[in-house]
Amino acid sequence: MRITCPHCGPRDLVEFSYHGDATLTRPDSASTDQDVWNAYVYDRANPAGEHREFWQHSGGCRKHLVVTRNTLTHAISGVDFAPGKRTGRKRS
Amino acid sequence: MAEYSAWQVLKNAWRGNTGWKPAWRKPDPKPDYDVVIIGGGGHGLSTAYYLAKNHGIANVAVCEKGWLGSGNIGRNTTIVRSNYLLQGNTPFYEHSMKLWENLSHELNFNVMFSQRGIINLCHTPAQMDDTARRGNAMRLMGVDARMLTPEELGRRMPGLDLSPNARFPILGGLEQPRAGTARHDAVAWGYARAADRRGVDLLENCEVIGFLRDGDRIAGVRTTRGEIRAKKVAVCVAGSTGAGMKLAGIDRLPIESHVLQAFVSESLKPLLDTVVTFGAGHLYISQSDKGGLVFGGDIDGYNTYAQRGNLPIVEDVMAEAVTLFPAAAKVRLLRSWGGIMDMSMDGSPIIATGPLPGMYLNCGWCYGGFKATPASGWCFAHTIAKDEPHPLNEAYSLDRFHRGYVIDEKGQGATPWKH
Repeated sequence: MRITCPHCGPRDLVEFSYHGDATLTRPDSASTDQDVWNAYVYDRANPAGEHREFWQHSGGCRKHLVVTRNTLTHAISGVDFAPGKRTGRKRS
Repeated sequence: MAEYSAWQVLKNAWRGNTGWKPAWRKPDPKPDYDVVIIGGGGHGLSTAYYLAKNHGIANVAVCEKGWLGSGNIGRNTTIVRSNYLLQGNTPFYEHSMKLWENLSHELNFNVMFSQRGIINLCHTPAQMDDTARRGNAMRLMGVDARMLTPEELGRRMPGLDLSPNARFPILGGLEQPRAGTARHDAVAWGYARAADRRGVDLLENCEVIGFLRDGDRIAGVRTTRGEIRAKKVAVCVAGSTGAGMKLAGIDRLPIESHVLQAFVSESLKPLLDTVVTFGAGHLYISQSDKGGLVFGGDIDGYNTYAQRGNLPIVEDVMAEAVTLFPAAAKVRLLRSWGGIMDMSMDGSPIIATGPLPGMYLNCGWCYGGFKATPASGWCFAHTIAKDEPHPLNEAYSLDRFHRGYVIDEKGQGATPWKH
């Protein structure tokens, strides 16, 4: 499997580390709603098909990425920088 | 069908082996059952057997989309152990170990259970302390454990690199002498035959494609061989748990599906007569009765339903095998494969009632389900029959995440790809 880093170009899987499901939205830190936190921390859609997930190019530019990958075929259909306050970039 | 015995082997040899009968029937599905179990792997088959044997519920069907034992029960590294640290895990796995110790007799089927021991190697003083702590916890809970010195390790495994100049020098190890290996296919076949003999219908090529409902209640399954109604439906589908539960409208679970690769080398003369694990990475290796080295390491570490992995893990696992046994560098690999693991959010399994009325769930075995096969079926059968968990699987509830009672042996948190 190779991931095309938007900053470094196509690189081997070993250069990247996985950080899981990218579709979850972190609840407001002031929230004390146990159901909301449980859903964020523990519940996963775990789809057989398209999956949006965080990877970090830890062996390269160290940018955090959002990769759209098919969990049945490993085919990657989109890679973009993960959104963050500093860059303000949108997810793919 | 006759009991298997040495006498039967002799008698049938005398008659040119023409007297053997198929080990189980191939029945057509009945319109309804007391219990339908989805998944004809090790856990599903053992659940069916213990439902019939311990609870007198024999009007049971096992629906399997392929052939019996075609999933992870037929593609694992066959290790059986109960060397856990935490209270929720140890009694359960030790119960499993005790069932293993009598399993061949109980099933009248040789599962080739070989108590050759498992040794966890330690490479740092801190790891020695941590491992000794686990050994002490095991002994306090009635499980056998002992620390081994490098000299003892050298006598036990002459091929092991014990050089102090090794990249990760070996300082000692923790042995569970009663641990070992078993013939994985024989476990599936043995439970299948024993369940069939008690009247359970094993329905192969019978894929579940939907659930029947009676209001809120699950009332049966739709399969490729027709509709089957059931008072209780038990889901036991390992890596397919996410996809299977979506058919029942359960879209989110504390489970991710990941691929684990395993490897077998060409046959060698006797090299290793125990199971050993590398402590500075992740490798578990043993030698099968046929002579092949059977080994594996970490999961690939990203969500997948593809039954194949990628090369970085292959390289990683091979490097660790050669680090432990330098002589293995010249050994050729015979085959490798990948199986889909139902990785739970705390690394521990789920055996529980629900999540819907009339439904029972057995999943989250991560990559340690083989050793649990007897106790998983034993406890799941109890849970289905009594509509409540046995004390041994009480901690394996589905709502433990919500309540904060996770059982996290490695202390990794909700990162299934790291368990």
